[in-house]
Amino acid sequence: MLFTPLLEIENLSTHYVSAQGTRVVRGVDDVSLRIHPGETLGIVGESGSGKSTLALTILRVLPPAARIVSGRMMFEGEDLLRKSDEEMQKIRGRRIAMILQDPMASLNPLFTIGNQVAEPIRVHEGASRATAWNRARELLKSVRIPSPETRVTQYPHEMSGGMRQRIVGAIGISCEPRLLIADEPTTSLDLTIQAQYLKLLRDLQRAHGLALIFITHNLGIVAKMCDQLAVMYAGRVVESGPVSRIFNAPMHPYTEALLNSIPKMGDDRQRLTAIDGQPPDLSKLPPGCAFAPRCPRAFDRCLQSAPPETAPEEGRTTRCWLAAPVIGVAAPVLRREAV
Amino acid sequence: MKQFVIRRIGYCVLSLFLLSLTIFFFVRVTGDPATLLVEPGASPADIAAIHHQFGLDRPLIVQYALFMASVLTGDLGQSFYYRTPVLELYWSRLPNSVMLATAAMAFSLLIGIPSGILASVRVGRFWDNAGKVFALLGLSLPSFWVGLVMILVFSVYLGWLPSSGSGTPLHLIMPAFALGWYFAASHMRLTRSSMLEVLGSEYVKLARLKGLPQSLVIAKHAFKNALIPVLTLAGINFVIMISVAVVVETVFAWPGVGRLLYEGIAFRDFPVVQGTVLMLGAMTVIVNLVVDVLYAVIDPRIRLAS
Repeated sequence: MLFTPLLEIENLSTHYVSAQGTRVVRGVDDVSLRIHPGETLGIVGESGSGKSTLALTILRVLPPAARIVSGRMMFEGEDLLRKSDEEMQKIRGRRIAMILQDPMASLNPLFTIGNQVAEPIRVHEGASRATAWNRARELLKSVRIPSPETRVTQYPHEMSGGMRQRIVGAIGISCEPRLLIADEPTTSLDLTIQAQYLKLLRDLQRAHGLALIFITHNLGIVAKMCDQLAVMYAGRVVESGPVSRIFNAPMHPYTEALLNSIPKMGDDRQRLTAIDGQPPDLSKLPPGCAFAPRCPRAFDRCLQSAPPETAPEEGRTTRCWLAAPVIGVAAPVLRREAV
Repeated sequence: MKQFVIRRIGYCVLSLFLLSLTIFFFVRVTGDPATLLVEPGASPADIAAIHHQFGLDRPLIVQYALFMASVLTGDLGQSFYYRTPVLELYWSRLPNSVMLATAAMAFSLLIGIPSGILASVRVGRFWDNAGKVFALLGLSLPSFWVGLVMILVFSVYLGWLPSSGSGTPLHLIMPAFALGWYFAASHMRLTRSSMLEVLGSEYVKLARLKGLPQSLVIAKHAFKNALIPVLTLAGINFVIMISVAVVVETVFAWPGVGRLLYEGIAFRDFPVVQGTVLMLGAMTVIVNLVVDVLYAVIDPRIRLAS
């Protein structure tokens, strides 16, 4: 924490508003996060917990129904929310890049690989076609695409899924961004390709000094890849801090449940451990803690009011009444029993 | 690619065969042409003579076989009414129809595609709603009604445009508008929905995330993909235009193929109806074929899959 963060998000909220304005879905709700240069931040949570909305909010590429209603996003000392659309355009792909979830769908079927990899270089750096295509070939080589010379002239449908995802990765790093956001980049890849791709991301991160935000629901990947972790539930960050400390002693019952749901080797239980109940409807959140209806340790207060974000330890935050200072005595005891 | 084209041609031939069969038998259900060709009160012998002259007294199967045999040699028969070869009549009317359909198509694309793009980019806002009203009117107002209202306004009240006939570009304006109106709305709707689908795609999202300017995202990444279904529709619509122009051509007395077909039906001129329908059918399948091939040229996936 000695350096200034590369990206510091404070109290960011993004809501989806229905056409009539009657239904408001709190996609991202009062989120604060920070990431330092070269660091990897993992964001985990169930589907619909706001991970992708958060990523798209950072780049301000949201669907028309979404509104960023409050907060600050300081990136290299500038507030991204105060940028004009033109200024944001120059940041996207150049200083902050993003890799999408579905490699099969994120390349345009009608243009060659070379065209699509060279595109950001031409737009952001004003490079000539020849220069940009040369760079594209080098980029393909750096993401270990065999025979990039011929690959640049081919179309996306001529590539395998793993290759396409590496090409999307190449597009991500094409303008040497400072921050790369990877939204579940390995979900649709099979396991061996996944491992290769994760290694590739690590190598790229080292080679370019990238900060990486890694969105996933796979805690195994988090353990392997990330320095910091933020756990999201119902649009909020319910717990954040260094990965090793969270894995050793989770503060939020949801994090704990997530960790317990990882099947372990040598476990003789027949059934997988699941979290009972369903994630809440984000347009009808309960007055209290959003996790309370599913929480095994919920008590009266949890149902009445939502817990604020507290920092029980240096570098860690959580949103749970069990960890709140007022009843701070009870919380650690319970936690020690659980671990 | 070669195999792809050959297979498509096979389908075309099959479709035309089925069409010839259908039109040949259906047109004979409409009544006896001889009663329209003889004077009122003619004797049964006169009618029988006419039947014999046109070969209508032979068994249907024989008639059909003779018809198909002459079609295969490129002869569509002689008009009962005009007493000239059907093909000659058809070719003399076709340029007018093509001219009308081209003008109507140009009008419908010039209106339909930009307004569809505008509506998709401004979805839910003023231009989208304006487009919806336009599409509703375009699709629900029949072309003959639009034609009649235009004649009333521009010819009768204002006296700006000739009400019927052909010969000058001025004659073309109203029929083209009346005919293109519906298609403009249909092209607009398809452009809009196709653009919306493409704009919601992951590759358009990635194009935005790359930091491309909005104009490039829309013109390059979205529009080219959205154009594929619109082009197909436009190609098919072009032929439909020539066929549905029957109504507009009748309203404006435009001497096209549509009017020829209308006359053929009115006079029970079997060879004219058969010939015109078959030629329109041939055009439909050929245009479909060309569109399919163009498709393959635009979209590399189709090129390879074949």
